[in-house]
Amino acid sequence: MPDIQEITVQDLKHLVSERAIQGETVLLNMGPQHPSTHGVLRLLLELDGETVVNCIPDIGFLHTGIEKNMEAKTYAKAEVMSDRLDYMNTVGNNLAYALAVEKLVDLDVPARAQSIRVILAELQRFASHLVWLGTSALDLAARSMFLYCFREREYILDVMEMCSGQRMMTTYIRPGGLWRDVPVEFEAAVRDILKKFPKRIDEYEALLTRNPLMLDRTYGIGKLTGEECLNFGVTGPMLRASGIAWDLRKDRPYCGYEQYDFKVPTRAEGDVYARYLVRLEEMRQALKIVQQALDKLPLGPVRSQNRKYVPPRRSEIGVSMEALIHHFKLWTEGFAASKGAIYSAVESPRGELGIYLESDGGPKPYRIHWRTPSFDNLQSLPAMSKGVLVADLVAIIGSVDIVLGDVDR
Amino acid sequence: MGIEQKLGNLGVATTTLEQAVAWSRTNAMWPMLFGLACCAIEMMSAQAAHYDMSRFGMELMRPSPRQSDLMIVAGRVTRKMAPVLRRLYDQMPEPKWVISMGDCASCGGVFNNYAIVQGVDEVVPVDVYVAGCPPRPEALIHGVLRLYEKVQAMKFAEVKS
Amino acid sequence: MEMKIQPILEKLEKEFGAAVSEYRGDTSLVLTGEKIVAACQRLQNLGFELLSALTAVDYWPEEKPRFHVIYQMTSISLNLVLTLRVPVPGINPSLPTISHIYRNANWRERELWDMFGIKFLGHPDLRRILMPADWEGHPLRKDYPLGYEEPQFTFNYEEINLRKPYAKE
Repeated sequence: MPDIQEITVQDLKHLVSERAIQGETVLLNMGPQHPSTHGVLRLLLELDGETVVNCIPDIGFLHTGIEKNMEAKTYAKAEVMSDRLDYMNTVGNNLAYALAVEKLVDLDVPARAQSIRVILAELQRFASHLVWLGTSALDLAARSMFLYCFREREYILDVMEMCSGQRMMTTYIRPGGLWRDVPVEFEAAVRDILKKFPKRIDEYEALLTRNPLMLDRTYGIGKLTGEECLNFGVTGPMLRASGIAWDLRKDRPYCGYEQYDFKVPTRAEGDVYARYLVRLEEMRQALKIVQQALDKLPLGPVRSQNRKYVPPRRSEIGVSMEALIHHFKLWTEGFAASKGAIYSAVESPRGELGIYLESDGGPKPYRIHWRTPSFDNLQSLPAMSKGVLVADLVAIIGSVDIVLGDVDR
Repeated sequence: MGIEQKLGNLGVATTTLEQAVAWSRTNAMWPMLFGLACCAIEMMSAQAAHYDMSRFGMELMRPSPRQSDLMIVAGRVTRKMAPVLRRLYDQMPEPKWVISMGDCASCGGVFNNYAIVQGVDEVVPVDVYVAGCPPRPEALIHGVLRLYEKVQAMKFAEVKS
Repeated sequence: MEMKIQPILEKLEKEFGAAVSEYRGDTSLVLTGEKIVAACQRLQNLGFELLSALTAVDYWPEEKPRFHVIYQMTSISLNLVLTLRVPVPGINPSLPTISHIYRNANWRERELWDMFGIKFLGHPDLRRILMPADWEGHPLRKDYPLGYEEPQFTFNYEEINLRKPYAKE
């Protein structure tokens, strides 16, 4: 097994300042295993006492080769791997993949499936922001927030388990609609969530928003202006906290989002505190969208009837010969998409999650590339962390909200 | 009340040394914070209030390997991360145990390709494998309890010093 | 959406000799490698502030061109998206860097070097980003094997078990 490589200052002399080579500043490793890096991220810090002079991220410790592995599987089987990319937003990854495949083969989706997709995606956004709040507050030493947030998350995971049988990696949203219709207890469970959660968000606000410790540690730290954000390719709540109101759900709507009335919160300061406020407001707006979608939920089928791409229901296979043949062909060979390439993007809790999908006429994706938001958001970290203390660096990493599965794929 | 009943009037309890040592090892086994990927989130859920792991002695997760005795490898191990994992395992003091949580750590899981180590037992010796993708918090707790049974059955002749 | 992008496409076609094509509502332009830096600078001035994605496709065993590098641009002020495709030959593939125009191209070009072996001339820091630094080969090329390990069934369990490198303490 290969040994760990030692890195000397000479290898990195194009990235560190002059003082490191002379030995005035210390090169410290904030290693892959660290409680505050939210995963396996390695940061090489050049420190002058407690102040960070340079911060060099080293990623790749979770690189799973998902893109190459998906090329070896058919479209239906490759979806299983898409949950495991950004593991906080598993339903959103499935949704992005389903929308990309539907765009490639030009497939229709019934209205009931679109509404249920929106409900689940917004609940997943709420769950992802809860984990962000819990872990980044834990980094700032507010330990009880972690326990509160995970308690709330259990309600949402119960809803996911009710629909699909799995708490996190559901693969419930498939190209053509959903796997199956939601059970009868779904509506009551979601309404229960909608009744309880607004008060809980008020509790979090009461605990953190005007807390002098929170303000001291986050106000004015890690500022990034709007143009710098765009130059770094940063999207999502970080971009909205720097003043630019770009949300793919409003500006390039998909999946029926244009029928719902919701606000896109923006703030102008661009520091860690502004990002905290933006994400907290997004949680409230997510509940508002779920309320509207649940009230307007139409009746009807949840899967497209186009049997060339979407398998038939199991109950039909016993009675209809065509259904049996379609089922057989789809599960052994898979459907063939015509030659061409598309790019389709959705708004994940971290930013723009895009898929570039190219087909050469066969049953497997010829090239699939996931444009994941955390990869670009992380590139802004060295620029934000010049001249801050190490304790502030921990707060900044928490506010970027990276998920290493997203960064490394 | 447990121990007072056993003591009786004399204030003396008899047991074997192995039982006493196993009791002390299992009642306060501290895991090392080694969450790599999705299974780490289920490990955090198991630590949180709903499925409380501190009832079983795992009150804290120590980030430092020198202060922990259990390593729960939660998540997929890539070829770049494998030497780091081995170094952290070597830094833990004896006696130490390893739980391999999830399918990716046990056997490579869904990913059978160039970048993932097919089973963390190629890198460190594993005591308990917990299957699932990701395993439910209850499954992880079941794995921890099986590890406790294994520790209680350990004889001193087997432990290296 | 189609109406707004027409004048931009015409400008690019005239100045850089690009070929326009469309598929399922997405417009894409094919350019050559020498013109890509000037085209990106022009697009940034025209209002495309965000480089959404930078990726590549390998068409092995076709040698000329073997790779297509894809630049996905988004304009926030005009609410438009545009794809640029650049064909790159298979022997000594290289392109000029655009990391001075869009700063997120820095890591994305490092990823293309790591995964495909496409060199970017003028890049400040071209080294491997996702694979370990001493890895050989470029994994996402089509002639690189997947690295598949044979699954163990009952008939071949023992022989694979003997070959697996288990750790002994």
